[in-house]
Amino acid sequence: MQDQNCKVVSPKELFVSGHRGCAGCGEMNAVRQVLLAAGENTIVANATGCLEVASTAYPQTSWNIPWVHAAFENAAAVASGVDAALKALGKREGVNLFAFAGDGGTFDIGFQALSGMLDRRQKVIYVVFDNEAYMNTGIQRCSSTPYGASTTTSPAGKKSIGSTGSKKPIANIVAAHDIPYVATATIAYHVDLKKKVQKACKIGGPCFIHVFAPCPTGWRHASDDTIEMSRLAVETGVFVLWELEGGYDPSKINVTYKPKERKPVIEYLKGQRRFAHLMDKPEELKKIQDEVDAKCKMFGF
Amino acid sequence: MAKVVMRGNEATALGAKLCRPQVIPAYPITPSTMFPERISEYVANGELDTEFVLVESEHSAMSAAIGAAATGVRVVTATASQGLELMHEMLFIASGMRLPIIMAVGNRALSAPINIWCDHQDTISARDCGWIQLYAERNQEALDLMIMAFKIGEDKRVLLPALVGLDAFVLTHTMEVVDSPTQEEVDKFLPPYKPDHVYLDPKRPITIGSFGTPEYYTEFRYAQELAMSKEAPKVIAEVFKEWERTFGRKYQMVTGFECKDADIIFVTMGSMTGTARETVKKLRAAGKKVGLCKITVLRPFPAKELKEVLGGAKVVAVVDRSLSVGYGGPVFAEVAGIFVNDAKKPIIQDFIVGLGGRDILVKDFETIVSKCETTMKTGKPEKVIDWINVNYEPAGVK
Repeated sequence: MQDQNCKVVSPKELFVSGHRGCAGCGEMNAVRQVLLAAGENTIVANATGCLEVASTAYPQTSWNIPWVHAAFENAAAVASGVDAALKALGKREGVNLFAFAGDGGTFDIGFQALSGMLDRRQKVIYVVFDNEAYMNTGIQRCSSTPYGASTTTSPAGKKSIGSTGSKKPIANIVAAHDIPYVATATIAYHVDLKKKVQKACKIGGPCFIHVFAPCPTGWRHASDDTIEMSRLAVETGVFVLWELEGGYDPSKINVTYKPKERKPVIEYLKGQRRFAHLMDKPEELKKIQDEVDAKCKMFGF
Repeated sequence: MAKVVMRGNEATALGAKLCRPQVIPAYPITPSTMFPERISEYVANGELDTEFVLVESEHSAMSAAIGAAATGVRVVTATASQGLELMHEMLFIASGMRLPIIMAVGNRALSAPINIWCDHQDTISARDCGWIQLYAERNQEALDLMIMAFKIGEDKRVLLPALVGLDAFVLTHTMEVVDSPTQEEVDKFLPPYKPDHVYLDPKRPITIGSFGTPEYYTEFRYAQELAMSKEAPKVIAEVFKEWERTFGRKYQMVTGFECKDADIIFVTMGSMTGTARETVKKLRAAGKKVGLCKITVLRPFPAKELKEVLGGAKVVAVVDRSLSVGYGGPVFAEVAGIFVNDAKKPIIQDFIVGLGGRDILVKDFETIVSKCETTMKTGKPEKVIDWINVNYEPAGVK
């Protein structure tokens, strides 16, 4: 089903096990895939979040590549400094420089630093691992949280449907910065993900990859359903896999995987307890389905 | 060396340039804007080979500085006031990660009300961030301290960031004749920065900025404290001495003037020191035993040096150009603290003056002296924390 001509460049694991990620964590899986695709000549500037906390409890580390963390809202700015320093040292060529952040650190608090880095055309590949809430602090709503999701700051209740915003279209907003490469990806389609990472590495930056990474702890699904949730998000059209090369021209958005027959959104929602309160609300389910249909139409399927 | 007329901001920019910084992330803010302007001119003219990163905020300026310093290069920036406050979070991180970033700060009041003029509230509010703090009295000092800051911060015994405070407008925008070292002289004084504790390099993968659990956090902080309080004073003394040997200008953490037999001693920081010195000369001519103690290094805190200068006075008058609301003057609190376990100590009074750019005049220092003279007579200050030159009546009081 997938194009297989993607080489895993690294024979060595660059993000190793033993970290403190939850069982079935989509983000940890995604990070491993990204680094396998990027290879050893890679530096990562990481935002505060699950990934940083779970992988670097001193004196241990899961990172087999040079890695730096400073704070929550500034992965793009820290990476900008690394980019400048590598240039100053004459060591910029051949090094893949990534900024890694979660959705809170990207859609919300890190948005300004991200926009600044893109504007300056820094040679940085920014990867957001999107699990649709502030998971590190315990499942609080952010601007990536989808409509209807119950979180610890948007709990469903008699007078609440859960989160009321609609997910901020971060990749589109980033694309509007007219940068050379923007893509979306998810772990179930790991070849597609790796190919996009390798394309970004070839371009250098600024590039942006939005990686959809299910979170069993926050979404309240079984920990062995993570890949399934990732797949269902794509098969239902909740998350669309696309890329845009060569600057901002929406007509050139290339959908890299189209489900042959799109599944109803309920298939995706029903496996996650964050949406459980919607199951007896057909009008809400229809609203979500309608929104997904409209989005898929926009992408041409 | 060459004598050049320049503003304080030009002195810090020139000082930075002479140190051959490899990355300069900067964001404009009054009164320090001239720093990135001059740097951009140096780069545009081909006088300075550096990566100049025009970031979108001060928070990102310090974040980029951290990223660059963690990659192993020399980094410098400048800011002031609200900009330093926006960086505040990152100031702790730069120090905690032991990255010797150097920064010029045009000392400016904090909002609200918004005010662009001089006081020391910005850097005083950053005292606890783990940065070496140096304060300039004149543009010459701003230039000299800027260069010395690199040598102090980058010393392998120290590895801490350092800032040089220079008073908004009074120094940043005022012309002064400054003796500028040549590039060759600075190259000889300051070797290239080659860290071996942290640098990002795929050939040697290391994890920088990791998560410190309660089992380890205290030790990180303790090591930082030792570097600041035990090592930095030694290194500062060495660097000051080398500077004096090389360039003939003497620096001390604390400098006394007419203090040996003084009954009353002012404690000052920054440009007000010049006015205080003139006041001392005037009052000495009138037979009054008044002296002056200038603080150049506030962090590491020069407790021993202050005690040596102030110990013999009857009254110490700390002149604070900032405020810890609900307490009084922060410098007063620190100076008073050095005598805490002593049976014999001077009376210590605090005078809050010159906030938000209000001029500090000779007559203000004379007012302080007359208040201290009353204290000498009565043996007790009328007010321990006093405000000078305030025109305010609380609402409802007529």
